[in-house]
Amino acid sequence: MQMPSPNPAILARKQALAARLLKALPPDAVIQDEMETRAYECDALTAYKCPPLLAVLPRTTQEVSDILRICHEEGVPVVPRGAGTSLAGGALPTADCVILGVARMNEVLETDYENRIIRVQTGRTNLSVSGAVEEEEFFYAPDPSSQLACAIAGNIAMNSGGAHCLKYGVTTNNLMGVTMVMMDGTVVEIGGAHLDAGELDLLGVICGSEGQLGVVTEATLRILRKPEGARPVLIGYDSNEVAGACVSDIIKAGVLPVAIEFMDRPCIEACEAFAKAGYPMCEALLIVEVEGSEEEILHQLGLIIDIARSHNPVELREAGDAEEAGRIWLGRKSAFGAMGQINDYMCLDGTIPVSSLPFVLRRIGEMSQEFGLDVANVFHAGDGNMHPLILFDANKPGDLETCEAFGAEILKLCVEAGGCLTGEHGVGIEKRDLMLHQYTAEDLEAQLKIKDVFDPKWLLNPAKVFPLSVTEGRRSMALAAE
Amino acid sequence: MKMMTPQSEAELAEIIAGASGPLCIQGGGTRGRTVEGDVLSTCSLTGVELYEPGALTLVVKAGTPVAEVEALLAAENQRLAFEPMDHRGLLGTEGEPTIGGVIAANVSGPRRIQTGAARDHLLGVRFVDGSGQAVKNGGRVMKNVTGYDLVKLLCGAHGALGVLTEVSLKVLPRAEAMATVAVADVGLNQAVAAMSASLGSPYDVTGAAYDPDSKTAFVRVEGFADSVSYRSKKLAAELAGFGETSISAEGEPLWQGIRDVSAFHGREGDVWRISVKPSDAVELAPRLEAEALQFDWGGGLIWARVAEGNDLRARVNVPGHATLVRASAGTRSRLGVFQPQPGLLAAISEGLRRQFDPKGIFNPGLMG
Repeated sequence: MQMPSPNPAILARKQALAARLLKALPPDAVIQDEMETRAYECDALTAYKCPPLLAVLPRTTQEVSDILRICHEEGVPVVPRGAGTSLAGGALPTADCVILGVARMNEVLETDYENRIIRVQTGRTNLSVSGAVEEEEFFYAPDPSSQLACAIAGNIAMNSGGAHCLKYGVTTNNLMGVTMVMMDGTVVEIGGAHLDAGELDLLGVICGSEGQLGVVTEATLRILRKPEGARPVLIGYDSNEVAGACVSDIIKAGVLPVAIEFMDRPCIEACEAFAKAGYPMCEALLIVEVEGSEEEILHQLGLIIDIARSHNPVELREAGDAEEAGRIWLGRKSAFGAMGQINDYMCLDGTIPVSSLPFVLRRIGEMSQEFGLDVANVFHAGDGNMHPLILFDANKPGDLETCEAFGAEILKLCVEAGGCLTGEHGVGIEKRDLMLHQYTAEDLEAQLKIKDVFDPKWLLNPAKVFPLSVTEGRRSMALAAE
Repeated sequence: MKMMTPQSEAELAEIIAGASGPLCIQGGGTRGRTVEGDVLSTCSLTGVELYEPGALTLVVKAGTPVAEVEALLAAENQRLAFEPMDHRGLLGTEGEPTIGGVIAANVSGPRRIQTGAARDHLLGVRFVDGSGQAVKNGGRVMKNVTGYDLVKLLCGAHGALGVLTEVSLKVLPRAEAMATVAVADVGLNQAVAAMSASLGSPYDVTGAAYDPDSKTAFVRVEGFADSVSYRSKKLAAELAGFGETSISAEGEPLWQGIRDVSAFHGREGDVWRISVKPSDAVELAPRLEAEALQFDWGGGLIWARVAEGNDLRARVNVPGHATLVRASAGTRSRLGVFQPQPGLLAAISEGLRRQFDPKGIFNPGLMG
């Protein structure tokens, strides 16, 4: 992975920069020891590592503002970091950057059940936002798989999704307002407890901008009352095509399940070996979950089961109680862990139109043969967000490179099928160089124009999202202006 | 003054590339003339590019009439869940609302409170920027975080950043049944509390509005018939403490009236649309000195009909924004249609407009 070469002038000023930051921040907020900065050398995309120049851990918006103002004046790049769970390398440092970690900013600032909002500092973890309102039977809807660890800051940066977004939407649909610090240290408030923007929808473009437009320190989030109950049903088929047709028919029938998860045979086998959830051995498994009162659940499950039966399932398992429901989810929820047990793996997240599912799965199977690497598929079928897991051996020379090449081909296939490179993980560095497969240079130029307005010096989260060749002119001009 | 109706995106781009004076960007023109200048209409860019009911996706050219889109979806028992308002009655205009106009203005109705606004159902756009360059952003799939989200930015930009030529939308199943729980004889304070209680219940409320004239709060539930019956009864019981409750299954005209603010049709005065935190509506309402008010979104959306020429924004002392939806051209230009943003945000918005419309020709003066 090509990264811009570090600016030697900045590397030489490390001590002076640290001293300046220490004047503005408490002593424990600035990390400069090389052993300690190493903790920030990568995120969850561990194949790429680079220790930052310094790391700073502010506790308040004011401290974030001070940090950014100083770095802006010094011309030092800043890489914002939530919990470091990005699978796309969204928080990968450069050697001449300051890592700005918001992990210490984890307070709940306001809960307002009457208006159904919560305001939090963005270092707070996703699950603990729901935890803060659980007592009143409320929850925060977006639920990325990493929700135990991932921070709201990163969720906003990547516009994270989750298993339940077919019904509840992704982060951008549940984010109502932000306090954001601009690269020059100024603080802006956008949105709040009221709905929609009066003028341009700046909140809409900030969410999903991968920390390149500003550092979001506080967020107003929509909270929802929990449904009365939820229950899954497990359906097995002997072909991916039939399972795909079943998903399409469920949606066409007007049922909107909260989740439709799909696992293929390699994934079922791995989960079964790992979690022993008692899954049937078949080509495709669906887990469909519905919500509501007992009667509503039974009615919706009845409709789903009728549709499922019409496609001749090899297995159809209803959950009679919470324990059985837990068993149905057990294998799916341990899918990633199961893969980790047998192998190193790379997790992709391209999205495809649901209708092209059988074709894409068949092609992935063929490509698996060509590249000589196994792949297991688990994904959110209702919205077409795939998660192919490519298995490889990190200790085997060349395996990582083969895996990356295979991954790139799968993502190109997703785009060709009418989908996109990333459904919920973000571009980061991982998919940066594939962007020209989805967009023309002119399409990307329109995106770069946004960055020019928010961060004219191009200092925030460098080398992510866009191919380096596309941003080179702007970066060198900004550098020359320093 | 010219009226231009390009037949293709390429022709539209050519017109924009060659234009030097102000352009009034229009779809069906049902929200009236926004600015002086030659009219550039997308009404000839019509047609459905793709509709996959099983994937809940629709791709359609911007000038396609909303009525055509809705009929197409209805045939598959689906709909635009964000329930776009029809402005014709309120503004006394004619013409045919287009899907591009709906998206450009982020027009949403009562269901916005539950399912989101137009912007939350927009998956992708094609547009032509102020230099005549065609741009694509987003796509046709429901989850897409590939690059910056210009889709949201274009939605509600009122043509200031680009002229939409094609939109991709997430559509949803049409509900089998609906019921409205009415709470009679309640003041605004009690109505907002009752709406808040219903929106905070597990019964998936899809509309919560209040009519101060009849002193009635309305709460809507939708879905499968048995489920609607169950939830409306639960709600009626839980709201009984606020006032006398009744359940009606005949709600279509009622909610269409709320959506289109039919209480103000044919009545004189300026019309403002104010978005605030729902509970703030209670204190704010009397301060507005309005001739008539209507409340939607649990109290968070206030429609105010006030005597002509008054600056209602000066009376709004809570966070939110007030848009001048109906007024004379003079009042519109004096007060501005959109709420001015605080300095820093105004500078960002102005910077974005300059980037995408360097000649300053798209609806100049409408925003910012």
